[in-house]
Amino acid sequence: MATESYPRTVLYCGVCTLPPEYCEFGGTTRKCEEWLEENKPELHKKLYSQEALEQNLSALSLDAQKRAEKDSQKKAAKAAAAEARDAETRASSKILIKRIERNKRKYVTAVQGLEAFGLDIKKVAKDFGKKFATGSSVTKVPGGGEEITVQGDLSEDIQEYIEENYKNVPDDNIELIEDKKKKKAEQQAV
Amino acid sequence: MFKKDITSGAKSKVKSSVQRTIRQKVLDAYPLLEPYIEDILPKKEQLDLVKLPDRVSLYTLQSTPLFFQHMDDAILPHLTIVHRYPNCFPRLRIDRGAIRFVLSGATLMAPGLTSPGGRLPGDPNDTEGRYGKEELEAGTPVVIEAEGKETACMVGVLKVGTAEMKKTKKGQACEAGHYLGDGLWTLSL
Ligand SMILES: [Zn+2]
Repeated sequence: MATESYPRTVLYCGVCTLPPEYCEFGGTTRKCEEWLEENKPELHKKLYSQEALEQNLSALSLDAQKRAEKDSQKKAAKAAAAEARDAETRASSKILIKRIERNKRKYVTAVQGLEAFGLDIKKVAKDFGKKFATGSSVTKVPGGGEEITVQGDLSEDIQEYIEENYKNVPDDNIELIEDKKKKKAEQQAV
Repeated sequence: MFKKDITSGAKSKVKSSVQRTIRQKVLDAYPLLEPYIEDILPKKEQLDLVKLPDRVSLYTLQSTPLFFQHMDDAILPHLTIVHRYPNCFPRLRIDRGAIRFVLSGATLMAPGLTSPGGRLPGDPNDTEGRYGKEELEAGTPVVIEAEGKETACMVGVLKVGTAEMKKTKKGQACEAGHYLGDGLWTLSL
């Protein structure tokens, strides 16, 4: 037996994250196959050869084959539906960048709605802090959800940053607003 | 155990005395890891503890998950560790038909292991001795490989011993564990 050196490096699928030999059991097999063909052509040849496919089938009884086929169709349909749903929420979601006056001439900028685009709010908050060298934190919003609060009036810079760095956010889905509610409320109270 | 998507809870540093205990526990459970333990759990690096739902503790090195443990149950390796050190764990093999059930989070049943495509210790078809000779007792952590695949797809704890399983060929084989694509696998740290 050949002695193997450890740790062994295992390739993981860029689409479904599993080892490519398990892609066939997920709902994104078609995309997984394309990814593998592009990124690891030798392994693609091995896993998706006619011979390999036939061997896979022969390991199952006809009945089990039919059930597995049905199962994978269901999974594929589910994955497609989930993707369509994601695309829809993405198209209809807006990122709000709000300028809020804290004191006279002192502003904070609140950013809402990033999560709809699959962004990790905590990570983005950190990136904002680093990029603009300012305080940036995740705060809970009354009524559920979270927003990023950045110290300073950075609305336009943040808009630009999002447009440049998060390509799956359409430019039209970012909106700048000014929060003057507090002022109005105060005036009315006076 | 991780059928649903999970989000990680509080992350804390593991004290060096506790870190030593964990290292020992890992070695007690998986003695074959001995030659690699310094690579997996370096003495000098800070180990973190991430709390997961349902009283599961996950030990990580920076953002690499290593081992996890439900309360005081057996300490189990994350599948990426199994993939890196495949022959350091007791392993069994399921037949091809059982793969899709395991990957959808179903309990692993004995027939998946006792059928011709499956492998238990001492299988005459296992000429390499990949699946060992000694029977395994209930409660042993095992890695589950699959017919026609090189990498493991699940980690779990045996519910019945392998000797008994060969006799009865029925019932649950493994407690719910960690499988490819589950909440622990997809967890972002
Ligand atoms: Zn894949």
